[in-house]
Amino acid sequence: MIEIERVSLQLQGAQILHDISLTLPKGGVTALVGPNGAGKSSLLSLIARLSPLQTGSIRIDGMPVDATPGSVLARRIAILRQDNAVASRLRVAELVGFGRFPHSRGRLDAKERALVAEAIARFDLTDLADRYLDTLSGGQRQRALVAMAYCQGTDYLMLDEPLNNLDMRYGRELMGTLRRLADGDGRSILIVLHDINHAAAYADRIVAMRCGRVVAVGTAAEIIDADLLERVFGFRMRVESIGGRRVVLHHR
Amino acid sequence: MAEARPVPDRAAWRLAALAALALLCVAAFMSIGLRGNLLFVLELRAMRLASLIEVAVAVALATVLFQTVTANRILTPSIMGLDSLYLLCQTVLVFVFGGFGFANLDARLKFGGEIALMVGFSLALFMPMLRSRIDVMLLLLTGVVLGLLFRSLSSLLARMIDPNDFALLQGASFADFNTVRADLVAAGGVVIGVGALLAWRYRHVLDVMGLAPDTAVGLGVSWSRAAAAALLLVASLVAVSTALVGPIYLFGLLVVAIAERIVDTRRHAVLLPAAILVAVVTLVGGQTVFQHVVKGQSALSVVIEFAGGLLFLLMLLNGRRP
Ligand SMILES: Nc1ncnc2c1ncn2[C@@H]1O[C@H](COP(=O)(O)OP(=O)(O)OP(=O)(O)O)[C@@H](O)[C@H]1O
Ligand SMILES: [Mg+2]
Repeated sequence: MIEIERVSLQLQGAQILHDISLTLPKGGVTALVGPNGAGKSSLLSLIARLSPLQTGSIRIDGMPVDATPGSVLARRIAILRQDNAVASRLRVAELVGFGRFPHSRGRLDAKERALVAEAIARFDLTDLADRYLDTLSGGQRQRALVAMAYCQGTDYLMLDEPLNNLDMRYGRELMGTLRRLADGDGRSILIVLHDINHAAAYADRIVAMRCGRVVAVGTAAEIIDADLLERVFGFRMRVESIGGRRVVLHHR
Repeated sequence: MAEARPVPDRAAWRLAALAALALLCVAAFMSIGLRGNLLFVLELRAMRLASLIEVAVAVALATVLFQTVTANRILTPSIMGLDSLYLLCQTVLVFVFGGFGFANLDARLKFGGEIALMVGFSLALFMPMLRSRIDVMLLLLTGVVLGLLFRSLSSLLARMIDPNDFALLQGASFADFNTVRADLVAAGGVVIGVGALLAWRYRHVLDVMGLAPDTAVGLGVSWSRAAAAALLLVASLVAVSTALVGPIYLFGLLVVAIAERIVDTRRHAVLLPAAILVAVVTLVGGQTVFQHVVKGQSALSVVIEFAGGLLFLLMLLNGRRP
């Protein structure tokens, strides 16, 4: 369970997050949606202790993120950031292998190697395993980064816009994979999405943010509502029901 | 990361070749042109060899660590103003004690004081920035400005001292691989040995730090603490190497760029030994060549800095990493 209590964030004099309280139960897929600049990435960074907590508290399975050793948290929670610049010249297999660092401290034995190989296969990277990251296409690199976060093997997996650069097929496969991780392995997934239809189709829970505040929390049926979406995103869109599923026609 | 693919085998093979080459250089350095009192000459050479190897290890380690922490392949520790600070120390000492007093200062005491000063300086410089999260650009900018400040302060002081003392100072301001600081070899060896052990022990953590600060934190590395520790180690290593042979600006850049080309990886388990070996080959091999082939018509340090400067320009022009 992730408990966020009265968290505010100020950066360079601007109030980025306003007094956010939110509890995310263990398990399932939670989608975080909202317009650009709503504070989604900032909230994720705070949960994953990438930026220091200023006010309020955040606990993961009861452990306060600002007082728990980083190496302990790294075995509970993995994060993929929105913008990832990897400094070193690395091969895909090496990058994914870094995901095991919290467990192996760098020494990859047969068991660890098997886990890395499984992650590589799961994200369809086997043919690319020996390629250098800077020779990959944007989508291929994104899959390698997701595979690394997955490979960390944590109960909580947080992904900031992982669908960036992915084509329709890989986007769909990634969402399916996350769904299976939640259903089969009991992992908790927190994912920032811009495509509201992906959120509606795959998430158990949708958290909608706007201007540093949580506007609504609920199931897809509760959130996918023309009035509510207009409040979040600031424009009117058509919501239809097709084959029993809510679909948002936001294009024109 | 560790042993993931067959690729490391190639790196290991190249590392072995480098080691063989380094041994060859060491053997040549010790044996070519032996004359006179054998015992005396060998002892002298062993002392010089030890100090050259110490400098090689210190510069290689310091540069690799510095580049990993700052995620930069073009800048080396001297850009942080560390070498310039060392020069300023020398100038202040000459200024205060005069040339005679300077020459008579207890070498080990002076050495210890210089290391303490440089580590203290690094602490003062980095700690405010490390309290939140290290901002590399700010750090480098501060380093460049401070380096300039120290250098101009030294030259200001140098103008104010006795011309005879100034000549003494000039000796201390340029790298010189020919003079041996026999009095410092043992103390320097201890500092460098500890530094090398620490770097080796944390080689996997260094790999993670090379990814990016946020990624390292996500993988459980306490970035600010690890970065502070690494930079303090860098400061001590630079202090030792500068005390032994004087300031060398571009040697580290040259050595690490070549090592990275040879082993084609940034993994510290491979890159650290490779950089050390390349540094040993360059210094010990280069010194042998200069002593017996070129017969000291120009100084090794000049050639190294020249080659380093060329490489520096090439890397800037290419705009990409080696
Ligand atoms: N370092 C910073 N300094 C000042 N303001 C910042 C900083 N980082 C982010 N912000 C501001 O905080 C707000 C929230 O940013 P955040 O990245 O959390 O938004 P987001 O919801 O993830 O947006 P997007 O969908 O574009 O990724 C934005 O208005 C942004 O300009
Ligand atoms: Mg964002």
